[in-house]
Amino acid sequence: MVSSRDDFVIAIRSAFLKKSYQQKFSLLTLIFLSLIIIILGSLNFKPIQYVKIGINEVIYRSSFIVSIPENYIKKLDLQLKDHLNLYDNYKRNETTLNELKKEKLNNDFLVLENNRLRELINESVQSQDIYAKVLVDKDSPYLKSIVVNKGSKNNVKLGMAIVDDIYLVGKIIEVNYTNSRALLLSDLNSKIPVLLEPAGIHAVLSGTGKNYGVIEFTKEEYNQELSNKELVVYTSGYGGLFKSGLPVGKINNSKENNKNEINFFSDFRQLDYVKIVSYEMESEN
Amino acid sequence: MSSLNKNTFFKSLMFYFPTLILFLSVLNEIDFNYLAIEYFSFNFAYVLIFYWTLKNPYYLSYGSIFIAGLINDVVIGIPIGISSFCYLLICAVTAYLRNITLTPNFINDWLSLLVTILLINSIQVMSLDLIFSIEVNYMKYFINSGFTFILYPLFLFIFNSIENRIKFQKND
Repeated sequence: MVSSRDDFVIAIRSAFLKKSYQQKFSLLTLIFLSLIIIILGSLNFKPIQYVKIGINEVIYRSSFIVSIPENYIKKLDLQLKDHLNLYDNYKRNETTLNELKKEKLNNDFLVLENNRLRELINESVQSQDIYAKVLVDKDSPYLKSIVVNKGSKNNVKLGMAIVDDIYLVGKIIEVNYTNSRALLLSDLNSKIPVLLEPAGIHAVLSGTGKNYGVIEFTKEEYNQELSNKELVVYTSGYGGLFKSGLPVGKINNSKENNKNEINFFSDFRQLDYVKIVSYEMESEN
Repeated sequence: MSSLNKNTFFKSLMFYFPTLILFLSVLNEIDFNYLAIEYFSFNFAYVLIFYWTLKNPYYLSYGSIFIAGLINDVVIGIPIGISSFCYLLICAVTAYLRNITLTPNFINDWLSLLVTILLINSIQVMSLDLIFSIEVNYMKYFINSGFTFILYPLFLFIFNSIENRIKFQKND
Protein backbone atom coordinates (compact mmCIF):
# COMPACT_ATOMS: atom_id res chain seq x y z
CA MET A 1 0.00 0.00 0.00
CA VAL A 2 2.78 2.36 1.05
CA SER A 3 4.88 1.48 -1.97
CA SER A 4 1.99 2.09 -4.42
CA ARG A 5 1.43 5.53 -2.84
CA ASP A 6 5.15 6.21 -3.16
CA ASP A 7 5.01 5.21 -6.83
CA PHE A 8 2.11 7.62 -7.39
CA VAL A 9 3.97 10.49 -5.69
CA ILE A 10 7.13 9.75 -7.68
CA ALA A 11 5.14 9.66 -10.96
CA ILE A 12 3.40 12.96 -10.14
CA ARG A 13 6.65 14.62 -9.06
CA SER A 14 8.40 13.40 -12.14
CA ALA A 15 5.55 14.57 -14.42
CA PHE A 16 5.38 18.08 -12.98
CA LEU A 17 8.94 18.93 -12.03
CA LYS A 18 11.26 16.97 -14.30
CA LYS A 19 12.47 18.93 -17.32
CA SER A 20 12.67 15.88 -19.52
CA TYR A 21 13.17 15.64 -23.28
CA GLN A 22 15.13 18.88 -23.51
CA GLN A 23 12.20 20.95 -22.14
CA LYS A 24 13.28 24.48 -21.18
CA PHE A 25 10.53 24.95 -18.59
CA SER A 26 9.04 22.57 -16.06
CA LEU A 27 5.33 21.88 -16.41
CA LEU A 28 4.61 23.19 -12.92
CA THR A 29 6.23 26.57 -13.67
CA LEU A 30 4.12 27.05 -16.79
CA ILE A 31 0.90 25.91 -15.08
CA PHE A 32 1.51 28.44 -12.29
CA LEU A 33 2.28 31.12 -14.88
CA SER A 34 -1.05 30.41 -16.65
CA LEU A 35 -2.90 30.57 -13.35
CA ILE A 36 -1.26 33.89 -12.48
CA ILE A 37 -2.24 35.28 -15.91
CA ILE A 38 -5.86 34.08 -15.47
CA ILE A 39 -6.13 35.59 -11.97
CA LEU A 40 -4.51 38.91 -12.92
CA GLY A 41 -6.67 39.02 -16.08
CA SER A 42 -9.85 38.56 -14.02
CA LEU A 43 -8.72 41.45 -11.77
CA ASN A 44 -8.18 43.67 -14.87
CA PHE A 45 -4.50 44.08 -13.99
CA LYS A 46 -3.17 46.79 -16.33
CA PRO A 47 0.10 45.15 -17.54
CA ILE A 48 -1.86 42.00 -18.50
CA GLN A 49 -4.32 44.15 -20.47
CA TYR A 50 -1.43 45.84 -22.31
CA VAL A 51 0.16 42.45 -23.07
CA LYS A 52 -3.21 41.24 -24.37
CA ILE A 53 -3.63 44.29 -26.62
CA GLY A 54 -0.08 43.75 -27.95
CA ILE A 55 -0.77 40.08 -28.69
CA ASN A 56 -4.13 40.99 -30.30
CA GLU A 57 -2.46 43.40 -32.73
CA VAL A 58 -0.09 40.72 -34.00
CA ILE A 59 -2.31 37.64 -33.77
CA TYR A 60 -5.40 39.03 -35.53
CA ARG A 61 -3.32 39.93 -38.59
CA SER A 62 -1.50 36.57 -38.51
CA SER A 63 -4.80 34.71 -38.13
CA PHE A 64 -6.19 36.58 -41.14
CA ILE A 65 -3.24 35.49 -43.28
CA VAL A 66 -3.28 31.88 -42.02
CA SER A 67 -7.06 31.68 -42.63
CA ILE A 68 -6.82 32.69 -46.31
CA PRO A 69 -6.88 29.07 -47.63
CA GLU A 70 -9.78 28.09 -45.34
CA ASN A 71 -11.72 31.22 -46.29
CA TYR A 72 -11.15 30.40 -49.96
CA ILE A 73 -12.62 26.92 -49.49
CA LYS A 74 -15.53 28.40 -47.54
CA LYS A 75 -16.29 30.87 -50.35
CA LEU A 76 -15.95 28.15 -52.97
CA ASP A 77 -18.53 26.06 -51.14
CA LEU A 78 -20.97 28.97 -51.00
CA GLN A 79 -20.41 29.83 -54.67
CA LEU A 80 -21.10 26.24 -55.64
CA LYS A 81 -24.37 26.23 -53.71
CA ASP A 82 -25.34 29.54 -55.37
CA HIS A 83 -24.71 28.09 -58.82
CA LEU A 84 -26.72 24.98 -58.10
CA ASN A 85 -29.69 27.03 -56.90
CA LEU A 86 -29.43 29.62 -59.67
CA TYR A 87 -32.79 29.05 -61.38
CA ASP A 88 -34.79 28.73 -58.13
CA ASN A 89 -33.15 31.87 -56.79
CA TYR A 90 -33.93 33.76 -60.01
CA LYS A 91 -37.63 32.89 -59.88
CA ARG A 92 -37.88 33.78 -56.20
CA ASN A 93 -36.01 37.06 -56.70
CA GLU A 94 -38.25 38.03 -59.61
CA THR A 95 -41.37 37.68 -57.48
CA THR A 96 -39.76 39.50 -54.56
CA LEU A 97 -38.59 42.34 -56.81
CA ASN A 98 -42.10 42.98 -58.09
CA GLU A 99 -43.46 43.09 -54.55
CA LEU A 100 -40.65 45.37 -53.39
CA LYS A 101 -41.24 47.82 -56.25
CA LYS A 102 -44.79 48.28 -55.04
CA GLU A 103 -43.71 48.64 -51.42
CA LYS A 104 -40.97 51.14 -52.29
CA LEU A 105 -43.49 53.71 -53.47
CA ASN A 106 -45.19 53.57 -50.08
CA ASN A 107 -41.89 53.66 -48.21
CA ASP A 108 -40.57 56.69 -50.10
CA PHE A 109 -43.63 58.59 -49.00
CA LEU A 110 -43.21 57.45 -45.37
CA VAL A 111 -39.52 58.44 -45.27
CA LEU A 112 -40.29 61.92 -46.54
CA GLU A 113 -43.13 62.27 -44.07
CA ASN A 114 -40.89 61.06 -41.22
CA ASN A 115 -38.18 63.58 -42.12
CA ARG A 116 -40.73 66.40 -42.22
CA LEU A 117 -42.08 65.39 -38.79
CA ARG A 118 -38.57 65.25 -37.31
CA GLU A 119 -37.90 68.73 -38.68
CA LEU A 120 -41.08 69.94 -37.01
CA ILE A 121 -39.87 68.81 -33.56
CA ASN A 122 -36.26 69.87 -34.31
CA GLU A 123 -34.89 66.36 -33.87
CA SER A 124 -32.24 64.75 -36.02
CA VAL A 125 -30.20 61.56 -35.93
CA GLN A 126 -26.45 62.06 -36.34
CA SER A 127 -24.53 58.97 -37.31
CA GLN A 128 -20.85 58.29 -37.81
CA ASP A 129 -19.97 55.45 -40.21
CA ILE A 130 -16.65 53.62 -40.35
CA TYR A 131 -16.21 50.96 -43.03
CA ALA A 132 -14.18 47.95 -41.90
CA LYS A 133 -12.91 44.67 -43.28
CA VAL A 134 -13.56 41.47 -41.35
CA LEU A 135 -10.18 39.95 -40.43
CA VAL A 136 -11.24 36.94 -38.38
CA ASP A 137 -14.70 35.37 -38.33
CA LYS A 138 -14.16 32.12 -36.51
CA ASP A 139 -17.49 30.45 -36.01
CA SER A 140 -16.23 29.06 -32.74
CA PRO A 141 -18.50 26.78 -30.70
CA TYR A 142 -17.71 28.94 -27.69
CA LEU A 143 -18.03 32.55 -28.76
CA LYS A 144 -19.65 34.07 -31.84
CA SER A 145 -17.55 37.08 -32.67
CA ILE A 146 -15.68 38.79 -35.50
CA VAL A 147 -12.50 40.85 -35.60
CA VAL A 148 -12.48 43.95 -37.82
CA ASN A 149 -9.52 46.00 -39.05
CA LYS A 150 -10.50 49.32 -37.42
CA GLY A 151 -9.61 50.26 -33.86
CA SER A 152 -9.15 53.21 -31.51
CA LYS A 153 -6.90 54.82 -34.18
CA ASN A 154 -10.08 55.18 -36.29
CA ASN A 155 -12.26 56.40 -33.39
CA VAL A 156 -13.93 53.04 -32.81
CA LYS A 157 -15.44 52.91 -29.33
CA LEU A 158 -16.95 50.20 -27.13
CA GLY A 159 -20.63 49.53 -27.78
CA MET A 160 -20.72 50.85 -31.36
CA ALA A 161 -23.12 48.96 -33.65
CA ILE A 162 -21.91 46.67 -36.44
CA VAL A 163 -24.09 46.81 -39.52
CA ASP A 164 -24.02 44.63 -42.62
CA ASP A 165 -25.60 46.72 -45.39
CA ILE A 166 -28.63 47.93 -43.36
CA TYR A 167 -28.96 44.94 -41.03
CA LEU A 168 -27.66 44.95 -37.46
CA VAL A 169 -25.18 42.11 -36.80
CA GLY A 170 -23.53 42.94 -33.47
CA LYS A 171 -21.69 45.42 -31.29
CA ILE A 172 -18.09 46.26 -30.43
CA ILE A 173 -16.89 44.61 -27.20
CA GLU A 174 -13.11 45.04 -27.39
CA VAL A 175 -11.09 47.86 -28.94
CA ASN A 176 -7.38 47.67 -29.77
CA TYR A 177 -5.27 50.27 -31.55
CA THR A 178 -5.71 49.01 -35.12
CA ASN A 179 -8.46 46.41 -34.75
CA SER A 180 -11.46 45.53 -32.62
CA ARG A 181 -13.69 42.58 -31.77
CA ALA A 182 -17.46 42.59 -32.19
CA LEU A 183 -19.88 40.23 -30.46
CA LEU A 184 -22.43 38.85 -32.94
CA LEU A 185 -26.16 38.85 -32.18
CA SER A 186 -26.10 35.04 -32.32
CA ASP A 187 -23.75 34.75 -29.32
CA LEU A 188 -25.21 33.45 -26.05
CA ASN A 189 -24.04 36.59 -24.25
CA SER A 190 -25.74 38.98 -26.69
CA LYS A 191 -28.94 40.65 -25.47
CA ILE A 192 -30.46 43.66 -27.24
CA PRO A 193 -33.75 45.52 -26.85
CA VAL A 194 -35.98 45.06 -29.90
CA LEU A 195 -39.37 45.98 -31.25
CA LEU A 196 -41.61 43.42 -32.96
CA GLU A 197 -43.55 44.99 -35.79
CA PRO A 198 -46.36 45.36 -36.81
CA ALA A 199 -47.57 44.19 -33.35
CA GLY A 200 -45.48 46.90 -31.66
CA ILE A 201 -44.29 44.60 -28.85
CA HIS A 202 -41.10 45.50 -26.97
CA ALA A 203 -38.86 42.53 -26.15
CA VAL A 204 -35.27 41.39 -25.68
CA LEU A 205 -33.50 39.45 -28.39
CA SER A 206 -31.01 36.89 -27.04
CA GLY A 207 -28.41 34.93 -28.93
CA THR A 208 -28.47 31.14 -28.70
CA GLY A 209 -24.93 30.23 -29.79
CA LYS A 210 -26.52 28.90 -33.00
CA ASN A 211 -27.47 30.67 -36.22
CA TYR A 212 -30.68 32.10 -34.82
CA GLY A 213 -31.84 34.20 -31.90
CA VAL A 214 -34.81 33.96 -29.52
CA ILE A 215 -37.27 36.47 -28.18
CA GLU A 216 -37.24 36.76 -24.41
CA PHE A 217 -38.90 38.75 -21.65
CA THR A 218 -42.24 39.42 -23.27
CA LYS A 219 -45.46 39.32 -21.31
CA GLU A 220 -47.22 35.95 -21.41
CA GLU A 221 -50.25 37.24 -23.30
CA TYR A 222 -47.92 38.33 -26.10
CA ASN A 223 -46.46 34.87 -26.57
CA GLN A 224 -49.60 33.58 -28.28
CA GLU A 225 -49.75 36.68 -30.42
CA LEU A 226 -46.15 36.05 -31.54
CA SER A 227 -46.81 32.54 -32.77
CA ASN A 228 -49.67 33.54 -35.06
CA LYS A 229 -48.20 36.50 -36.88
CA GLU A 230 -45.53 37.30 -39.42
CA LEU A 231 -43.33 39.62 -37.38
CA VAL A 232 -40.22 41.56 -38.30
CA VAL A 233 -37.71 42.41 -35.58
CA TYR A 234 -36.20 45.93 -35.41
CA THR A 235 -33.99 47.57 -32.81
CA SER A 236 -36.11 49.55 -30.36
CA GLY A 237 -33.43 52.11 -29.55
CA TYR A 238 -33.85 51.55 -25.78
CA GLY A 239 -30.60 51.88 -23.89
CA GLY A 240 -29.35 54.44 -26.40
CA LEU A 241 -26.75 52.17 -28.03
CA PHE A 242 -28.52 51.53 -31.32
CA LYS A 243 -30.72 53.71 -33.45
CA SER A 244 -34.33 52.53 -33.43
CA GLY A 245 -35.60 50.80 -36.56
CA LEU A 246 -32.50 48.87 -37.62
CA PRO A 247 -33.76 45.61 -39.17
CA VAL A 248 -32.51 42.51 -37.34
CA GLY A 249 -34.49 39.48 -38.47
CA LYS A 250 -37.81 37.77 -38.92
CA ILE A 251 -39.71 35.47 -36.55
CA ASN A 252 -39.52 31.93 -37.84
CA ASN A 253 -43.05 30.53 -37.93
CA SER A 254 -42.21 27.54 -40.09
CA LYS A 255 -41.06 25.24 -37.29
CA GLU A 256 -43.34 23.26 -35.03
CA ASN A 257 -42.76 23.77 -31.30
CA ASN A 258 -41.83 27.30 -32.22
CA LYS A 259 -40.01 29.02 -29.38
CA ASN A 260 -40.03 32.50 -30.90
CA GLU A 261 -36.92 31.84 -32.95
CA ILE A 262 -35.59 34.62 -35.11
CA ASN A 263 -33.82 34.15 -38.41
CA PHE A 264 -31.32 36.97 -38.84
CA PHE A 265 -31.50 38.92 -42.11
CA SER A 266 -27.72 38.89 -42.42
CA ASP A 267 -25.73 35.69 -42.91
CA PHE A 268 -23.02 35.96 -40.25
CA ARG A 269 -20.85 33.38 -42.06
CA GLN A 270 -20.50 35.62 -45.09
CA LEU A 271 -19.38 38.90 -43.57
CA ASP A 272 -16.54 40.45 -45.57
CA TYR A 273 -17.03 44.16 -45.03
CA VAL A 274 -19.14 45.77 -42.32
CA LYS A 275 -20.01 49.26 -41.17
CA ILE A 276 -19.22 50.38 -37.61
CA VAL A 277 -21.84 52.93 -36.67
CA SER A 278 -22.49 55.21 -33.73
CA TYR A 279 -25.71 57.20 -33.41
CA GLU A 280 -26.55 60.34 -31.57
CA MET A 281 -29.99 61.85 -31.20
CA GLU A 282 -29.88 65.61 -31.43
CA SER A 283 -32.84 67.51 -30.17
CA GLU A 284 -33.08 71.27 -29.85
CA ASN A 285 -36.08 71.12 -27.52
CA MET B 1 12.21 11.07 -52.56
CA SER B 2 15.84 10.43 -51.64
CA SER B 3 16.69 14.00 -52.62
CA LEU B 4 13.98 15.20 -50.26
CA ASN B 5 15.47 13.17 -47.43
CA LYS B 6 18.87 14.79 -47.93
CA ASN B 7 17.42 18.28 -47.82
CA THR B 8 18.21 19.74 -44.36
CA PHE B 9 15.38 22.28 -44.63
CA PHE B 10 12.90 19.47 -45.21
CA LYS B 11 14.38 17.54 -42.29
CA SER B 12 14.00 20.45 -39.87
CA LEU B 13 10.53 21.15 -41.24
CA MET B 14 9.55 17.58 -40.42
CA PHE B 15 11.11 17.93 -36.97
CA TYR B 16 9.09 21.06 -36.19
CA PHE B 17 5.97 19.69 -37.90
CA PRO B 18 3.93 19.16 -34.69
CA THR B 19 4.77 22.66 -33.41
CA LEU B 20 3.98 24.18 -36.80
CA ILE B 21 0.64 22.38 -37.04
CA LEU B 22 -0.23 23.37 -33.47
CA PHE B 23 0.35 27.07 -34.21
CA LEU B 24 -1.51 26.85 -37.52
CA SER B 25 -4.44 25.13 -35.82
CA VAL B 26 -4.77 27.74 -33.08
CA LEU B 27 -4.44 30.60 -35.55
CA ASN B 28 -6.91 29.04 -37.96
CA GLU B 29 -9.16 27.15 -35.51
CA ILE B 30 -9.21 23.93 -37.54
CA ASP B 31 -12.61 22.54 -36.61
CA PHE B 32 -14.54 22.50 -39.92
CA ASN B 33 -17.14 24.84 -38.47
CA TYR B 34 -17.52 26.43 -41.90
CA LEU B 35 -19.34 23.27 -42.98
CA ALA B 36 -22.09 24.59 -40.71
CA ILE B 37 -23.03 21.12 -39.47
CA GLU B 38 -24.92 22.03 -36.34
CA TYR B 39 -23.82 19.15 -34.15
CA PHE B 40 -20.26 18.74 -35.28
CA SER B 41 -17.14 20.29 -33.82
CA PHE B 42 -13.95 18.96 -32.36
CA ASN B 43 -10.82 20.31 -30.75
CA PHE B 44 -7.87 19.50 -32.96
CA ALA B 45 -5.35 21.13 -30.61
CA TYR B 46 -6.32 18.81 -27.75
CA VAL B 47 -5.74 15.70 -29.89
CA LEU B 48 -2.47 17.04 -31.26
CA ILE B 49 -1.07 17.95 -27.83
CA PHE B 50 -2.27 14.70 -26.27
CA TYR B 51 -0.71 12.54 -28.97
CA TRP B 52 2.67 14.26 -29.28
CA THR B 53 3.27 14.87 -25.58
CA LEU B 54 2.30 11.27 -24.84
CA LYS B 55 4.28 9.59 -27.58
CA ASN B 56 7.22 11.86 -28.04
CA PRO B 57 7.42 15.18 -26.17
CA TYR B 58 10.81 15.78 -27.81
CA TYR B 59 8.94 17.29 -30.82
CA LEU B 60 6.56 19.55 -28.93
CA SER B 61 7.92 21.73 -26.13
CA TYR B 62 5.85 22.88 -23.16
CA GLY B 63 6.91 26.48 -23.84
CA SER B 64 5.43 26.42 -27.34
CA ILE B 65 2.24 24.78 -26.02
CA PHE B 66 1.93 27.59 -23.45
CA ILE B 67 2.32 30.26 -26.16
CA ALA B 68 -0.11 28.42 -28.47
CA GLY B 69 -2.67 28.53 -25.63
CA LEU B 70 -2.28 32.30 -25.30
CA ILE B 71 -2.77 32.69 -29.06
CA ASN B 72 -5.85 30.46 -28.98
CA ASP B 73 -7.41 32.61 -26.25
CA VAL B 74 -6.84 35.74 -28.31
CA VAL B 75 -8.24 34.21 -31.52
CA ILE B 76 -11.44 32.79 -30.01
CA GLY B 77 -11.86 35.74 -27.65
CA ILE B 78 -11.87 34.13 -24.22
CA PRO B 79 -9.90 35.54 -21.24
CA ILE B 80 -6.17 35.10 -21.68
CA GLY B 81 -4.46 32.16 -19.95
CA ILE B 82 -7.37 29.67 -19.90
CA SER B 83 -6.36 27.65 -22.97
CA SER B 84 -2.70 27.60 -21.87
CA PHE B 85 -3.77 26.17 -18.53
CA CYS B 86 -5.96 23.54 -20.23
CA TYR B 87 -3.25 22.56 -22.72
CA LEU B 88 -0.69 22.23 -19.92
CA LEU B 89 -3.09 20.05 -17.93
CA ILE B 90 -3.17 17.69 -20.92
CA CYS B 91 0.65 17.68 -20.79
CA ALA B 92 0.52 16.90 -17.08
CA VAL B 93 -1.79 13.93 -17.69
CA THR B 94 0.34 12.61 -20.55
CA ALA B 95 3.54 13.04 -18.50
CA TYR B 96 1.92 11.09 -15.66
CA LEU B 97 0.74 8.37 -18.08
CA ARG B 98 4.23 8.09 -19.55
CA ASN B 99 5.69 7.64 -16.08
CA ILE B 100 3.30 4.90 -15.00
CA THR B 101 3.04 3.04 -18.32
CA LEU B 102 5.48 0.29 -19.18
CA THR B 103 3.76 -1.01 -22.31
CA PRO B 104 1.64 1.58 -24.17
CA ASN B 105 -1.89 0.44 -24.89
CA PHE B 106 -4.20 2.18 -27.37
CA ILE B 107 -7.42 1.62 -25.38
CA ASN B 108 -5.84 3.00 -22.19
CA ASP B 109 -4.61 6.08 -24.06
CA TRP B 110 -7.98 6.59 -25.69
CA LEU B 111 -9.91 6.37 -22.41
CA SER B 112 -7.35 8.63 -20.74
CA LEU B 113 -8.02 11.19 -23.48
CA LEU B 114 -11.75 11.06 -22.70
CA VAL B 115 -11.18 11.62 -18.99
CA THR B 116 -8.69 14.41 -19.73
CA ILE B 117 -10.91 16.34 -22.13
CA LEU B 118 -13.91 16.01 -19.84
CA LEU B 119 -11.77 17.34 -17.00
CA ILE B 120 -10.30 20.29 -18.88
CA ASN B 121 -13.57 21.24 -20.56
CA SER B 122 -15.23 21.22 -17.13
CA ILE B 123 -12.48 23.48 -15.79
CA GLN B 124 -12.85 25.77 -18.83
CA VAL B 125 -16.65 25.97 -18.51
CA MET B 126 -16.45 26.60 -14.77
CA SER B 127 -13.84 29.33 -15.08
CA LEU B 128 -15.69 31.06 -17.95
CA ASP B 129 -19.08 30.80 -16.29
CA LEU B 130 -18.22 31.37 -12.63
CA ILE B 131 -15.13 33.61 -12.71
CA PHE B 132 -15.64 35.62 -15.90
CA SER B 133 -19.48 35.42 -16.11
CA ILE B 134 -19.37 34.43 -19.79
CA GLU B 135 -22.38 32.32 -20.68
CA VAL B 136 -21.40 29.16 -22.57
CA ASN B 137 -23.37 26.46 -24.34
CA TYR B 138 -22.86 23.28 -22.31
CA MET B 139 -24.26 21.06 -25.06
CA LYS B 140 -21.71 22.37 -27.55
CA TYR B 141 -18.87 21.64 -25.12
CA PHE B 142 -20.27 18.16 -24.59
CA ILE B 143 -20.54 17.51 -28.34
CA ASN B 144 -17.08 18.95 -28.89
CA SER B 145 -15.64 16.60 -26.26
CA GLY B 146 -17.47 13.64 -27.83
CA PHE B 147 -16.22 14.24 -31.35
CA THR B 148 -12.68 14.96 -30.11
CA PHE B 149 -12.75 11.57 -28.40
CA ILE B 150 -14.30 9.73 -31.39
CA LEU B 151 -11.89 11.22 -33.93
CA TYR B 152 -8.76 10.38 -31.90
CA PRO B 153 -8.10 7.00 -33.64
CA LEU B 154 -8.18 8.71 -37.04
CA PHE B 155 -5.66 11.34 -35.97
CA LEU B 156 -3.63 8.64 -34.19
CA PHE B 157 -3.25 6.84 -37.51
CA ILE B 158 -2.20 10.05 -39.31
CA PHE B 159 0.19 11.17 -36.57
CA ASN B 160 1.71 7.68 -36.32
CA SER B 161 2.61 7.73 -40.00
CA ILE B 162 4.03 11.27 -39.64
CA GLU B 163 6.06 10.22 -36.62
CA ASN B 164 7.48 7.25 -38.53
CA ARG B 165 8.41 9.63 -41.31
CA ILE B 166 10.17 11.98 -38.87
CA LYS B 167 12.07 9.07 -37.32
CA PHE B 168 13.05 7.90 -40.78
CA GLN B 169 14.34 11.40 -41.61
CA LYS B 170 16.29 11.52 -38.34
CA ASN B 171 17.96 8.18 -38.93
CA ASP B 172 18.72 8.95 -42.54
